[in-house]
Amino acid sequence: MCGIVGLYLKKKSLHDKLGFYLSGMLINMSSRGPDSAGFAIYNNDSKNFKFSISIPKDFKFKNFEKSIKKEFNDIKIKVISDHIVVNTRTLPKNFISYLKNNFNEVNLIGYGKSIEVFKQVGNPKKIVENFNLNNFSGSHAVGHTRMATESAITLDGSHPYSTGQDECLVHNGSLSNHNNLRRNLLKKGIKFDSLNDTEVAAGYITSELSNNKSIKKALTNCLRDLDGFYTFIAGTIKGFAVLRDEIACKPAVIAENDDYVAIASEFQAIAHLPKINQAKIYEPDPGVVYTWGK
Amino acid sequence: MGKIEIFDFKKKTLRQINQYLQNIDYKKNLREYVIKNPNGNHAICAGLKEDIKVSIKGHVGYYCGGMNKNANIIIEGNAGTGLGENMMSGTIHVKGNVSQSAGASAHGGNIIIDGNASSRCGISLKGADLIVRGSIGHMSAFMAQSGTLLVCGNAGEALGDSIYETIIYLAGKPKSLGIDCEEKKITNKDLKKIEELLIIGNIKNIKPNKFKKYGSAKKLYNFKIDNISDY
Repeated sequence: MCGIVGLYLKKKSLHDKLGFYLSGMLINMSSRGPDSAGFAIYNNDSKNFKFSISIPKDFKFKNFEKSIKKEFNDIKIKVISDHIVVNTRTLPKNFISYLKNNFNEVNLIGYGKSIEVFKQVGNPKKIVENFNLNNFSGSHAVGHTRMATESAITLDGSHPYSTGQDECLVHNGSLSNHNNLRRNLLKKGIKFDSLNDTEVAAGYITSELSNNKSIKKALTNCLRDLDGFYTFIAGTIKGFAVLRDEIACKPAVIAENDDYVAIASEFQAIAHLPKINQAKIYEPDPGVVYTWGK
Repeated sequence: MGKIEIFDFKKKTLRQINQYLQNIDYKKNLREYVIKNPNGNHAICAGLKEDIKVSIKGHVGYYCGGMNKNANIIIEGNAGTGLGENMMSGTIHVKGNVSQSAGASAHGGNIIIDGNASSRCGISLKGADLIVRGSIGHMSAFMAQSGTLLVCGNAGEALGDSIYETIIYLAGKPKSLGIDCEEKKITNKDLKKIEELLIIGNIKNIKPNKFKKYGSAKKLYNFKIDNISDY
């Protein structure tokens, strides 16, 4: 099943409320996905890079903090639950290889100039509380509540998947040609951390975007190359895009007004948003790419 | 009489509201109800049995009015997947848009949709009359067996695929017809039926002669030896 949500705020004055609105959306989608939940928040683009990292239970954080600050001189670290967000000027290539060589036990789950990614296994309500999502601000966000089908209930199997800088993907559905696609993408240098089908779709979109294709074109190509059922929300630094496969078994509803664009698997996920009854509410057409953003 | 009982989702649970409405004592209880703050909850007014009127003030989730018998349900908003699925009789009137599979396998009664309905509208229809003021999505009236689907707007791909005895009246254009669905000649009997449905749907801006009729070509009804290689 799975629940997917996305919220794009059109007015800057609302940015402080992003986390508050999104947490309601995720909690309302618990019924579609009680196994794990996650979200990607986009806030002001900075000159620095932000690396979202999930750390294991017995992780020696003090040791990590000491070494990393010794290696890079401008490090700022934010700790939230079992996640840390490292803020630095260091280029992703260098930081990621340092992390891999020295702290292989951590999971880098996303990086970029705007994106911060958080995900955990468990009930969405608990996860929203763990990360204190209510206090997050930003311009747009996507989120996911998971009912596991294609792979195990683990952090590796949780959405969103971020396979490129400031990119992320959440998915409701299942893909049937992901093993073949994964093999092809591995040859192109895309890296995968799990056996999950959605991560392959995220990698596919990253690969398309790195060929200078627009998000609209990248998603349009999904219709040709991905086999299976899907409603996707793909986040970028500018906003997000939505695509449903042409059979359109997986639901989605969009609400748009002067203040925001909200998308969710079911209306009940967005029923709490302000001015929802004055919003234009519609279902995205199958096989059509919708985009919103700056 | 004349009194209306109000249920509010902020004060009562779905189960409390549904159980009350499903077990109406026709002699003692009121006949008119209002439901406030539905907030997209699923299965609102599923399994109603008595001739009562229920107005829902807002958007509803999946399977609203499913299995309905006799009741008149009015939704002042949009409805999710499976509106009035397996309905037996009564009326459901949606003032907004409707998601997938509206009226799935509905046996009787009327479903009136003022907005658009998305894919698979009237799938496996078994005798109810569906009236859509707007357009409908792909694979509508798939394997529909009996009853009528009247649409004032357009239809998506594969309209009436593998259709049996359901009749489709469409004022707009279908993107494509499904397998074994063909246009049929409109008779006076059809025009009468269309007029009747337009009155039920309170649709005044379109004349019965604007509609085209679609139904089964009946080529799939019997086994054909020529098609053996397709199995």
